[in-house]
Amino acid sequence: MGTFHQDRGALHGITVVVDAGRTVYIGRCDEETQEGIHLVDVDEHEDGAGGQSKEDFIRRAARFGAWVRHPRLMVPRDGIASVTRLGDVVPSDGGCSRPVK
Amino acid sequence: MPYPEELVQPMREELTRVGVRELRDAREVDDFMARREGTALVVINSVCGCAAGAARPGVALALENAHRPERVATVFAGQDIEATARIRGYFPDIPPSSPSLALSRDGELVHFVPRHQIEGRDPHTLAASLVEAFDHHCSGVKG
Repeated sequence: MGTFHQDRGALHGITVVVDAGRTVYIGRCDEETQEGIHLVDVDEHEDGAGGQSKEDFIRRAARFGAWVRHPRLMVPRDGIASVTRLGDVVPSDGGCSRPVK
Repeated sequence: MPYPEELVQPMREELTRVGVRELRDAREVDDFMARREGTALVVINSVCGCAAGAARPGVALALENAHRPERVATVFAGQDIEATARIRGYFPDIPPSSPSLALSRDGELVHFVPRHQIEGRDPHTLAASLVEAFDHHCSGVKG
């Protein structure tokens, strides 16, 4: 079955990692505009918060996905260092084995 | 807000016609999950064409493999709200995403494919990675 989305760019609907310096955002790209990148279902992490580096946060998200802290969020274009597909990130090591509740 | 059912029905049938059992409410989910022994795959289906459009045929292809889960079920995120919430309750430390796939063996989650690992992949690529998981975890089980 086809998509139900209008053509909103190559990254539309794709889960991306937006590196904005000390803070990293993970969410589904809605669209990119002159203003910045508009994400939906977004998690964010500041490097070192909770003892977790930015890189570890990204690698864990690459294994299981990201929690939703913000339904929508726009990251200003001038603060973005890079945008990467989460699916291209090598996940953290270790299997996902865990009891089903 | 759910999509009109007539629009979603073909997406349900892409899975049910290959033998996937649809779970429409919490009771059906609990009944399915009550059995702990053996292997089970749960497909969290969704309308989104960015990923689910590849997930459904990918699952169908993978289920043609000699080694496959003994039981396969699906819930439809955004449509069958109660069933979807209930199934996610069985995997509380996994962030919700749809489509996604959860393979369990003897009551333990052994393989999980979140949405972002489906996005942008074609059905054959997804099927190949699922077959690898089936061969590893469902060896000796023929559906």
